[in-house]
Amino acid sequence: MTTPSQTVGPFFGFALPYAADWELVPEGHPGAVTITGRVLDGAGEPVPDALLELWTGEPGDRGALGRTGAGISGFGRCGTAPDGTYRFRLVPPARPYLPLLVFARGLLKPVRTRVYLADVPDPLLGSLDPARRATLLARPDGQNAYLFDVRLQGEQETVFLEF
Amino acid sequence: MTHPPYLYPGYASTVLRAPSREPLPMKEDPEAAELTGPVFGRGEVDPLDADLTAGHAGEPLGERIIVTGRVLDASGRPIPGTLVEIWQANSAGRYAHQRDQHPAPLDPNFTGAGRCLTDDEGRYRFVTIKPGAYPWRNHPNAWRPAHIHFSVFGTAFTQRLVTQMYFPGDPLFAFDPIFQSIPDPAARERLVSTFDLDVTEPEWALGYRWDVVLGRTPMEDA
Repeated sequence: MTTPSQTVGPFFGFALPYAADWELVPEGHPGAVTITGRVLDGAGEPVPDALLELWTGEPGDRGALGRTGAGISGFGRCGTAPDGTYRFRLVPPARPYLPLLVFARGLLKPVRTRVYLADVPDPLLGSLDPARRATLLARPDGQNAYLFDVRLQGEQETVFLEF
Repeated sequence: MTHPPYLYPGYASTVLRAPSREPLPMKEDPEAAELTGPVFGRGEVDPLDADLTAGHAGEPLGERIIVTGRVLDASGRPIPGTLVEIWQANSAGRYAHQRDQHPAPLDPNFTGAGRCLTDDEGRYRFVTIKPGAYPWRNHPNAWRPAHIHFSVFGTAFTQRLVTQMYFPGDPLFAFDPIFQSIPDPAARERLVSTFDLDVTEPEWALGYRWDVVLGRTPMEDA
């Protein structure tokens, strides 16, 4: 008798963000990369009130909420800015992908996807046609930086997953 | 169907945000990163974070309540040590959020955000103030029933749940598209807490009980 989902609504911003929530590793950490992007709706407009959660699949060594000192956290959270942008700083895990959850006003349940940092042989990527596969591939954006937009709806809609 | 659909036009904000394609069913993969999830340590959460009436210069206005229950997996087993976060409007129906324009008073003694880890039996417990109903602009004369937002992690990223807990007998249920978006009326009722005299503390606070049951993970035994 599972508990149903409800929308995160527009007013989570004073409650769910926490200090350095988007920084899974501190600035200057060896091997760190940044992923930035925008969340866009079906009209191509930015979604300014989404909350993204990134899980590396590896617990790290400094806790999920604790952000002081050195070390690695396996979990990060980032609310979108008024222009729909988000960011994460992390060390890429051994797996080629990063699970990503997006919550927002207007989403009665979250959408889940994966961010792939490279187009590698992978059962999920391999099952998709090139246009759909491209929605899961982060684009390199200079040194140690990637771009990954989430399109909730429409022609270039991100591939969302169900487990 | 336990969960609401993405597209529910009665809730206007879903129209441009609901994905138009069905999510892709993932093939079973025991190595999938989504079958694990973040672990939160006792050192990361202050026990005082579970008392939303504390931490300010004075007592907040409104009806003091205790909200408690268990976090369970799909087989009914308690999930210990998992993070539960809550947020809510104050007793007048106003959020401590800059974008909330409802002309109801803010309460300098109430922020409305809390968190805790479940204990060894999967129990959480918050002390707070009963939130007020509030208007929103979804449709003419739209009002949200009083609710507390809950965020629950569980043991796998696939179990991650954000939802809302309601209070028994709210006359606004029938008019609220967010509540009504859940297709099965029995599933809707699972979001409604129960008044519990055993949780109620004499001369101090009314008690409500509400359990959270997370979804089955793909590799979980039946």
